[in-house]
Amino acid sequence: MYRYNETDQRLVDDRVRQFRDQMQRHLDGKLSEDDFRPLRLQNGLYLQRHAPMLRVAIPYGTLSSMQLRMLAHIARTWDRGYGHFTTRSNIQFNWVRFADVPDILALLATVQMHAIQTSGNCIRNITTDQFAGVARDEILDPRPYCEIVRQWSALAPEFQFLPRKFKIAIAGGEEDRAAVRFHDIGAKACRSDQGEPGFEIFVGGGLGRTPMVGHCIKPFLPRAELLNYFEAILRVYNRYGRRDNKYKARIKILVKDLSVEGFAREVDAEWRHTRGAGSLIPESTFATMEAFFAPPAYADARATDLAFVAPRAENRPFARWVERNVAPHRHPGYGIVTLSLKKTGVPPGDATADQMDRVAELAERFSAGEIRVSHEQNLILPNVPLRDLYALWEIARRSGLATPNIGLLTDVVCCPGGDFCALANAKSLPVAAAIQARFDDLDYLFDLGPLELNISGCVNACGHHHIGHIGILGVDKNNEEWYQVTLGGSEGKHSRLGRVIGPSFAASDIPDVIERILQVYLRERLAEECFIDTLDRIGLTPFKLAVYGERHEAAH
Amino acid sequence: MKPLIKDGRIVADEWSLLSHEALDDIDLTPAGPRQIVPLAHYRTHAEVLRTQGHRIAILLGPDDEPDAVAPYLADIALVAIHFPSFTDGRGYSTARLLRVRFNFSAEIRAVGDILRDQLYFLHRCGFDAFSLRADQDVNAALSAFDDYAWAPDFGALPRTAPKGSLPLRDPAADK
Repeated sequence: MYRYNETDQRLVDDRVRQFRDQMQRHLDGKLSEDDFRPLRLQNGLYLQRHAPMLRVAIPYGTLSSMQLRMLAHIARTWDRGYGHFTTRSNIQFNWVRFADVPDILALLATVQMHAIQTSGNCIRNITTDQFAGVARDEILDPRPYCEIVRQWSALAPEFQFLPRKFKIAIAGGEEDRAAVRFHDIGAKACRSDQGEPGFEIFVGGGLGRTPMVGHCIKPFLPRAELLNYFEAILRVYNRYGRRDNKYKARIKILVKDLSVEGFAREVDAEWRHTRGAGSLIPESTFATMEAFFAPPAYADARATDLAFVAPRAENRPFARWVERNVAPHRHPGYGIVTLSLKKTGVPPGDATADQMDRVAELAERFSAGEIRVSHEQNLILPNVPLRDLYALWEIARRSGLATPNIGLLTDVVCCPGGDFCALANAKSLPVAAAIQARFDDLDYLFDLGPLELNISGCVNACGHHHIGHIGILGVDKNNEEWYQVTLGGSEGKHSRLGRVIGPSFAASDIPDVIERILQVYLRERLAEECFIDTLDRIGLTPFKLAVYGERHEAAH
Repeated sequence: MKPLIKDGRIVADEWSLLSHEALDDIDLTPAGPRQIVPLAHYRTHAEVLRTQGHRIAILLGPDDEPDAVAPYLADIALVAIHFPSFTDGRGYSTARLLRVRFNFSAEIRAVGDILRDQLYFLHRCGFDAFSLRADQDVNAALSAFDDYAWAPDFGALPRTAPKGSLPLRDPAADK
């Protein structure tokens, strides 16, 4: 993991001091709410429906056990004993006290964490693949580049007041596990024909009110040009992005207005001034950064170890958990464990302080002290010897962290919705809970196979409903909560947006609607065909028919 | 005279900002020797004002292109950049471009909705003079330049430098 040097530490300490002063002036009536709002947002402090909310950055989703224990401590001491892991590698504390926030930030700074730029119209937390550094299909370990971009973007003076928020994701694998096509900038690792390391650059992707799949504007960017090119994109956006209408202020609208080619030309014209020799990222910087992310000392572990093979053969719950929650690791005899934060009845992505402490302990004992946070809102132990899986599973299970549902229907991605969020049009958590409760039978879930279900409580799409195989969006109709269903969304290599199947439903109807959709799949699927493939093959119509029946027929 | 922060100190502002309305009535312009004129009026009025014995500077709006002012940079004492709202960040890029692309080394002044809490970032982008919003405490604002320890010298050409363990990139390369 990256460790702060003196400059990094001084910067977050100074930031805390600066914010403490701003907070004090605000409380003293010397800094008006209008002048203070952008400042507090840039320090992650929101005013939500019931209480202030603090959003803390987990840069590129990487945490040490020590850091996770601090998050547990904050949840326990300054909040109501839990935190919510978001879809963008942040953790949110929903019940902090406004005036306490400088103290909380000071505590975070002691473990090299911060809330800088977790909100506001600036460059947000950098996200990546939760399997970075351990995935088998990795082209480049994205973490060194994420850290370089983190340092560049944190307090980047020129880009503190962009037209709108700006999200960057970097993926390192063949398979894109960071949704790079749904970010303002997405960078996907690749190599040139000569084998040099670099990135394919996408811009203008995003969900929200106007969902769009990002466009490639640079098929190959040498890695040394990463910051020059990002700076060119940001400068073009800062100068020409719309500021008259916040719903049209994201970079995707600028890209659309200028056309992809037109936007790429503007960026190239800007980049021409900065690219090349003097402002390249030196090779030595890459080497220094890579050293921080060197793999741990792997033991001589084997996949055939009896401590793993025997319980897997004898214990069905364990075998199922291995099947769903343990991904292949680059090193033989190791696995990547996903601890599910999607237990039925618990809001997706929520973890209690005790669970956080337990995960910190598991990471120390079994995974070189490191934890990852995925954009599907689960926690990952990236380096676990297979022979330790059974022991780990038994502990995780007792803590409610071993639901064997990763990638299955009940691994629901969901925003906090109307229960917490001031922007939401509808509640999302009760809908997730109702679906999890209805489809709680493991045999049924395993039979359904891989299926992504995403729920957002409003068009801002924090639950990424557009890219769920099944997406649910809360909408407001005459002050009543309704839910619109989309089908066929997808992230990764085949990124695309789901399509709305028809008129929306009351919350109480949603489990039935999902069941009817699933029945069509189970009836129509070919052997081994998963939901999204069946949907692609047979199209939306059979699903619409099953859901709306005659109503659908009449409408056409 | 309205106070101005210049090079980290409070000084008397010797310049007056000519509004568009004042320029419509150019002959009646009161005779202060130093006038800041909107770019759009510079061509029309600069000669007249000079013959009246004024020194001239240029005011850029947030959407004025730095290229447009480039031909005049050698003739003027300062460029003022207007912020209609402190959350409109276009002026940060304008200042940076004037410094690093056009090598403008005279004063760049931030005017408009300028608050104490943005001074640090403005300064890092190349502003060296600040005309604060009327309600701001100018004396208290001076400490804003010390908000962060990693600041370069006041004299250094600001640049969006990576921080932390990344070395500063050479500003000279940005030409």
